Amino acid sequence: MPPLPVSQIPLNWYLILSATLFLIGVAGFIYRRNIITIFMCIELMLNAVNLSFVALSYQWKQVDGHIFSFFVMVVAAAEAAVGLAIILTVFKNRQTLEVDEISSLRN
Amino acid sequence: MSGYYTSADHFALLPALMLVLFGSAILLLEFLMPKGPARTRWLVGFTLLGLASAAIALLRQHQALSAPGSRIVAFSGSFTIDSFSLYFDWLFLAAAAIVTLISYRYLEIEGEHRAEYYGLILLACSGMFFLASGADLITMFLGLELMALSFYVLVGFLKRERRSNEAAIKYFLLGSFSSSLLAYGFSLLYGLSGSTNLEEIRRAIFTRGSLDAITALAMATILAGVLFKVSAAPFHMWAPDAYAGAPTAVTAYLSVASQAASFALLLRLFNGPLSPLDQEWRPLVAGVAVATLVIGNFAALTQENVKRLIAYSSVSHAGYLLLGLVAGNTTGLRGIAVYLAIYMFANLGVLMVLIAIRTRTSGMLEEDLSDLNGLGARHPLYAAAMLVFLLSLAGIPPTGGFLGKYYIFLSLLETGHAVLAVIAALYVAVSLYYYFRIVRGMYMTQGEPGPLASSIGMNVAVAISGVATLLLGLFPEPFLRFAAGALVR
Repeated sequence: MPPLPVSQIPLNWYLILSATLFLIGVAGFIYRRNIITIFMCIELMLNAVNLSFVALSYQWKQVDGHIFSFFVMVVAAAEAAVGLAIILTVFKNRQTLEVDEISSLRN
Repeated sequence: MSGYYTSADHFALLPALMLVLFGSAILLLEFLMPKGPARTRWLVGFTLLGLASAAIALLRQHQALSAPGSRIVAFSGSFTIDSFSLYFDWLFLAAAAIVTLISYRYLEIEGEHRAEYYGLILLACSGMFFLASGADLITMFLGLELMALSFYVLVGFLKRERRSNEAAIKYFLLGSFSSSLLAYGFSLLYGLSGSTNLEEIRRAIFTRGSLDAITALAMATILAGVLFKVSAAPFHMWAPDAYAGAPTAVTAYLSVASQAASFALLLRLFNGPLSPLDQEWRPLVAGVAVATLVIGNFAALTQENVKRLIAYSSVSHAGYLLLGLVAGNTTGLRGIAVYLAIYMFANLGVLMVLIAIRTRTSGMLEEDLSDLNGLGARHPLYAAAMLVFLLSLAGIPPTGGFLGKYYIFLSLLETGHAVLAVIAALYVAVSLYYYFRIVRGMYMTQGEPGPLASSIGMNVAVAISGVATLLLGLFPEPFLRFAAGALVR
């Protein structure tokens, strides 16, 4: 079996990409006003986590990080199931998905 | 390292396994249960049976760990049973049992009495078990998510109620945001050490020595994620909304069990892998704790809704608990353990009295302070219980609450944080004002509280919580001995 090609891209680049994706997710979470978009930003953050786990796992020549990223995917899927169900009930009761209009709980 | 499921693994996992089995089984067995009023008895009985079998398994672990400092390590070191996890597991089981007792009448009145509720209570409890026992980042992350996902659904359980929907969406968005922060921090910890085991990460960070950019980023994201979970000051915004909009029985479960589990996570992380960085995080946590005290107490002063008031008061209690971590010595850690147990009974108690006096007939869902007016004359026993719970939350001597605050203040003085101790003591005085607003309403104001929505389970739960709150204050010795073992590691 021929040896696997070694990646020429240094680890730092993966980590910078992952940090950038994560920051885009955080910024979107803070600035976007539509619930579905906010939820997509959370998924983006989780995918940045996955990227960082896989890159670091490759660097350490281990599978632990790969395993963690599988569990993160499972959690993201479960979160999507629960989250979309909650979003649906909100929409059914209010006919809106703008967070600023969902504010009956105030001081 | 064996790849098999050994008997030691089974022994360590059994309590959580029981909860998962019963929690899943109740969803399937609902079809077989009789309809009508008997159904309530079956559902509650089955849930309590599940909690009891977990308690028996836990008791056997307790006996196996009678020697101080002993522990069971299972699943190649990713799951640990030690006196710390046992202590928290008992808290979680007690909270789940009490919440089951106070829930069924409430859910019947709301017309949402379903088996899923009990299944989620049990599954959330098993997630907390994994959090308290986790010795590995993967175990802790999964335990946290199992607990959080169950709570997202529980908070929105009254699905026809707009306020419950809104609480669920806010809790869900901020909760999963904080989980992502935590997961990002975990990925950096893994990168630093090449391992997901907490002990190995601690060693790697210890040998690394100084604080570099990656370590600092890992510490910051994990700190922010965990502070979200314990509703500490800059990250507390979700708590009042989630607590006020959730079904009151879920508010009770969320404010005590989820809070205790998040503190178990906090202690595992900050006394474990992040302990070599304590010079860096201790001042940060101290600042957060003081900010939490200020915001929690001052925001509670002006609340008219009892559940919001209790939410801000739990924010302020999170501040006291964080001060125990700032002190960080044995007294402080024991103080956190004692405080959490005492706070659990008192806060559950306040919320269960709220459930008992609230009836659907009036068509209102808001729990205004004025709803409690005249409670002392109409229902003296419930009013007396409420008084005991409020005294305990405020930390007045004959009740248990005094003990928890005493240990926290003592630990601060022992470690030379006298200024923090003085600030914390001043805020106890502020908290007296809003707790006594409730007491004044009950005893000094005329009013017509509605008929009680009480039940056998409710009365038992009020009695247990009331007696526990008083006994912990009057005869604390056996409990203190139990708690003292909890943090020896």
